[in-house]
Amino acid sequence: MTEFMLLVTIALVVLVFICLGRAVIGPTAVDRLLAINIIGTKTVAIITIISYVFGEQFFLDVALVYALISFLMTVTVAKYLDTGKLS
Amino acid sequence: MDIRDILVLVLMAGGVFFFAIGTLGLWRFPDVFSRAHASTKCDTLGCGLILLGLVLRMGISRASLELALIIGFIWITNATAAHLIGKAAYRNDYPMTPGTFKWNFQDKGE
Repeated sequence: MTEFMLLVTIALVVLVFICLGRAVIGPTAVDRLLAINIIGTKTVAIITIISYVFGEQFFLDVALVYALISFLMTVTVAKYLDTGKLS
Repeated sequence: MDIRDILVLVLMAGGVFFFAIGTLGLWRFPDVFSRAHASTKCDTLGCGLILLGLVLRMGISRASLELALIIGFIWITNATAAHLIGKAAYRNDYPMTPGTFKWNFQDKGE
């Protein structure tokens, strides 16, 4: 089971790099924001799987805070792209 | 290898499948709005299935409760984030694929 979970982690890392390609070549700013949003979700999944494999309980708190910060980043950048200002 | 291990394996393989589908849609779809559609499937089903498999693997404990909290948080926030991204793209007249038209809400109310 541990080997399978490490295989899942490797597949997710490969998919993160494919998403990073869209973030680099994306024609508009919203494409880049979508790609970075997916990368944040994949990172949360990777952190939780690593937490199970290594048996570390506190990585789950790290994953929760990472999801919070990723959501905050997406909302802030989307608001900036929408209205042109942050206040 | 009992039935629970097989179920965990199927759930996590399904999660990776949906992540791959979302990434494929992010590369192949023609404009911003359809890419947002693909990326939302990736968030909800991919991360949901992978974390559900981990919950099933860990059983009832504090860690699985925290994982359920992460699933609920991601299901709420990623839909909100995709809605905000789509609103920002729609209001600023981002280019759509040819053949799409914007509905004029002012002319509808006769």
